[in-house]
Amino acid sequence: MKALSIRSLTKTYGNGVQALRGIDLDVQEGDFFALLGPNGAGKTTIIGIIVSLVTKSGGNVEVFGYDIDRALAHAKSCIGLVPQEINFNQFEKVFTIIVNQAGFYGIPRRLALERAERYLRQLQLWDKRDQIARSLSGGMKRRLMIARALVHEPRLLILDEPTAGVDIEIRRSMWAFLRGINEQGTTIILTTHYLEEAESLCRNIAIIDGGRIIENDSMAGVIRKLSHETFVLNLRCAITAPPPLPGYVSRMTDDHTLEVEVSKEQSLNDIFARLTQGGFEVVSMRNKVNRLEELFMRLVENRGAASAQGS
Amino acid sequence: MEATAPSLARIRRIGLQTIVRREYGRIIRIWGQTLVPPAVTATLYFVIFGSLIGRRIGPMGGYDYMQYIAPGLIMMAVITNSYGNVVSSFFGAKFGKHIEELLVAPLPNWLIVIGYISGGVMRGLLVGTVVTCVALFFTHIPVENPLLVAGSVLLTSVVFALGGFFNAIFAKNFDQISWFPTFILTPMIYLGGVFYSVSLLPEWAQRLSYANPILYMVNAFRHGFLGTSDVKVGLAFAIMTAFAIAMFTLVVTLMNRGTGIRE
Repeated sequence: MKALSIRSLTKTYGNGVQALRGIDLDVQEGDFFALLGPNGAGKTTIIGIIVSLVTKSGGNVEVFGYDIDRALAHAKSCIGLVPQEINFNQFEKVFTIIVNQAGFYGIPRRLALERAERYLRQLQLWDKRDQIARSLSGGMKRRLMIARALVHEPRLLILDEPTAGVDIEIRRSMWAFLRGINEQGTTIILTTHYLEEAESLCRNIAIIDGGRIIENDSMAGVIRKLSHETFVLNLRCAITAPPPLPGYVSRMTDDHTLEVEVSKEQSLNDIFARLTQGGFEVVSMRNKVNRLEELFMRLVENRGAASAQGS
Repeated sequence: MEATAPSLARIRRIGLQTIVRREYGRIIRIWGQTLVPPAVTATLYFVIFGSLIGRRIGPMGGYDYMQYIAPGLIMMAVITNSYGNVVSSFFGAKFGKHIEELLVAPLPNWLIVIGYISGGVMRGLLVGTVVTCVALFFTHIPVENPLLVAGSVLLTSVVFALGGFFNAIFAKNFDQISWFPTFILTPMIYLGGVFYSVSLLPEWAQRLSYANPILYMVNAFRHGFLGTSDVKVGLAFAIMTAFAIAMFTLVVTLMNRGTGIRE
């Protein structure tokens, strides 16, 4: 079953800005789906329309088969939202925020109290339950919003940049938590600027730019489309000039570091063989940037160049 | 996960209970801002207008001046607090963005409006009770018709809670939530027969006063206590009911349109 089905979705704001120009998108039940795009691409507008915070200009949206024009309440009851901006009452206690949210979704009070405890414990906020939300750190506020979104146990969890400004340790614990939730059957849609996060968590991906979907495939399929990757090689001995690597674009970044661009048709074995032959010893290697990030940048840059040419 | 999702009827029932409980919690949590100031203001009114100046004014409508103004002062507190509670709570939720908690939930807009209005009515009635207790320190207030008292205070608080909601929908900053109470509501209350009978006014001023809906609310309420009124009580109830229905329809329509809350 489709958790989300979007057809010909358009949105033009009152100031004339066309945020969405005909979006078609499907997310299957159980998926962990990445919705990526540069700032202002339209990601938050799509999410806003799905949860009815933004009124669409045209098109259709269905959540688990419920059309938001005809069965909005049913559609909404399937969704949990973790928005980009903090949007809880900062003067309320942590526990009260979660229990109230459960009430807004029709969860009886006794069950709401049990679930509030469960999710606050899972997100390491139980000892903060009696604190006023304003006093929490940035990372805790993000986790509080995740606990709040989960308390009615939605079938579809939408996370709009949930780890923005969160330190790496908490980010990784949030990833593990979200993986667990997804494995238990919750469909997750994630927008993030940390492409490593999207690559690590998501099975399918859509990239949006200028209000249009410019890529929509499985994560593996998207990564396969990457025509070039740049590798950073750390050499044991210092060098004064780049080793000869005919057919490859390479450059020194310092006397122990070499960057080599490798296309799909070329092979790393060949590079290592040539370096070994020349007496260069490689001690470590890494991608210069995350692969998804590289693809993302190329797609967005290509689109930018195409629109510049068009104009 | 639960085997079955809650029905819409259950979502609405529990959702409304939750909004009402949250609003009640807010009123009690900030009691220093909600319950104490009206008691202080009412005490000052009774001391200055009732005891000091009132003695020189003499009886009004067949009652001594303190007794005459007591229902008006209670109603004034009910009006300002019903209005103030909803305008500050709903605008605060818009300003802090936590109104989104309700907007993304499967609750219809009319139910959200009822939830906030219930909060305004609760505060209006709580403050009305506090001011009545203060009044009883200064004077005896007879109750001629308890049903009339209850009906008029309830309808009035509903109308002004809806007024506060309407203000909050359009307000874009804190100045805009204080503008209407300062420049429109307060003059209307003071000219609405709280401190005097309109029969004392020249005819043109009496005619003008009859265009003020607060005059009907104060007089219906006073009639419930003292059995005296400047207006027909039936007409007063018709006006209050019409205002309540019109205002409710208006704010729900605005909410459905997304005015001030959705992009």
